[in-house]
Amino acid sequence: MGAYPDEGQAEPEVNARGRRLVSAAEPYFYAAPVLLLILAVMLVPLAVGLSYAFRDLLLLDPSGGHFIGFDHFQELADDPIFRDSLLNTVVWTGASVALQFVLGLILALLLNREFPGRRLVQALVFLPWAVPTFLVGLDWAWLFNPVVGPLPHWLFALHLTHDANNLLADPHWALVGPIVAAVWWGIPFFAITTLAALQSIPQDLYEAAAIDGAGVLEQFRSITLPLLAPTLAITILLRTIWVANFADLIVVMTNGGPADSTQTVASYIFTSAFRRLDFGYASAIATVLLLLLLLYALAILTLRRAMLLRHT
Amino acid sequence: MQRRVLYWIIHYALIALYLLFALFPLFWLVKVALTPNELLYSEGIRLWPSRASLEHFSFVLTHSDFPLFFRNSLIVSSATAAVATLLSSACGYALSRFHFRGKTLLVALMLITQMFPLVMLIAPMFRLLVPLGLVNSLTGLIIVYTAFNSPFATFLMQSFFDAIPRELEEAAMIDGATRFGAFCRIILPLTLPGLAATAGFVFTAAWSELLFALMLNSSAQASTFPVGLLSFVSKFSVDFGQMMAAGVLALLPACLFFLLIQRYLVRGLTAGAVKG
Repeated sequence: MGAYPDEGQAEPEVNARGRRLVSAAEPYFYAAPVLLLILAVMLVPLAVGLSYAFRDLLLLDPSGGHFIGFDHFQELADDPIFRDSLLNTVVWTGASVALQFVLGLILALLLNREFPGRRLVQALVFLPWAVPTFLVGLDWAWLFNPVVGPLPHWLFALHLTHDANNLLADPHWALVGPIVAAVWWGIPFFAITTLAALQSIPQDLYEAAAIDGAGVLEQFRSITLPLLAPTLAITILLRTIWVANFADLIVVMTNGGPADSTQTVASYIFTSAFRRLDFGYASAIATVLLLLLLLYALAILTLRRAMLLRHT
Repeated sequence: MQRRVLYWIIHYALIALYLLFALFPLFWLVKVALTPNELLYSEGIRLWPSRASLEHFSFVLTHSDFPLFFRNSLIVSSATAAVATLLSSACGYALSRFHFRGKTLLVALMLITQMFPLVMLIAPMFRLLVPLGLVNSLTGLIIVYTAFNSPFATFLMQSFFDAIPRELEEAAMIDGATRFGAFCRIILPLTLPGLAATAGFVFTAAWSELLFALMLNSSAQASTFPVGLLSFVSKFSVDFGQMMAAGVLALLPACLFFLLIQRYLVRGLTAGAVKG
């Protein structure tokens, strides 16, 4: 069985073979360029990169490249920066996604009501999403910089900090900077997807509930939330993986510092490859991250199956 | 009645807070870019300087490498947008109109490319591109970005094709056109808004990309705007006015394309998310 056009229209028997061969091959012609491109540029380097994890590959050391088994992984187990980066990844991902989600949900609920000037407000509050991420990082780094930015002075005036120094230079609190920037940039994403889901809920459900005497909160609890939940769940899951992989903001704002205190696993991969030029070690970290993400996806799928079973 | 009034007061207050949060960082960027150097430190955290000037912009435009970086970024992003949109519309068409052996595998491969950490490709990519002479070259970046963006662009284009009735090309084929002819002359023109939106998304993504550009194109001649701005930061970390003026310039094309794709945001943000 080869390819057949979707419409299932009966081919005339006469010129069967030649025509059928061409139309069987046709979808492959359309799909081939993209397929070849992602194979050559993404999947082959992915496999090559996994093999680097087992070799001593330093860019500036031409004598390297030997197979060294699991040495890198042993080194990783004893690497305090790597251990901190695991914890940082959880904090960074959890805090960014949770805040983006909650604030995005509230914004979507606000925008779901008709009011004068709504379209303009919508365009303006979604604007941060259009800002290139490197600029998001730089902009917020400048806002946190006491020389040109107002934030340290305001935080100090509110007695939230002891001095008007740069938050990004404080090893205990520096990760807050990239998280705030990520939330600022990511709220529109959640707001837009949630708003679309909200608008697909039929209005007569609310009207019926109102006739039955349900208040606004009751309507939200028994109509909006249950109907929104599936879309929101998928969005949050995908976003979690994406944010965990996202290193730009940390690289731009703190470069993993001060003293590697803000490295996440993803940013540690980048700094190992780019700053230390240690491709083998970077690939070993990347392999661990890939395994962790696979575990996360598996856990989610199992959870989902368990929940489906409980409901039947 | 009173509760209603109270509700709307809270509603508008919250909206105002969101607006403030969304716009303040952009306002500050523009404000510092317009503050002359001699006022920058004395009036550091004033909301508006006592005198605004365009001197940083004129310096950045005439005495720095930024016009070159801007040009490089423009070439890379436009070429990526054009090629990725073209290839992805073909692939999206195949996904929309045909059932074929290996289709599920193809979709699965494309979904995988959206899930794994791209940053892990940085090391192997560098080693594979050096012998091909594609490091420090705009062509190299275009190829890499096209590959990164085409799975997402394919899903997006597929959603646009799905919205066009197949009777259209069936009618053309009955009239003697080949399927490819019908695709080029009837379907593609009908999806022009979709093509533009896809190109807009890809352009924005290529314009923003930093980490691969940093690793692959380190020479000033081939630097894109993000790389140029970041190396500017580490080289002359004192001239905030000029950096922010450059930042404002980097913002312009992105905002332009944001306006173009605003109508399609929902579709773009959910493309690929619900597949498979």
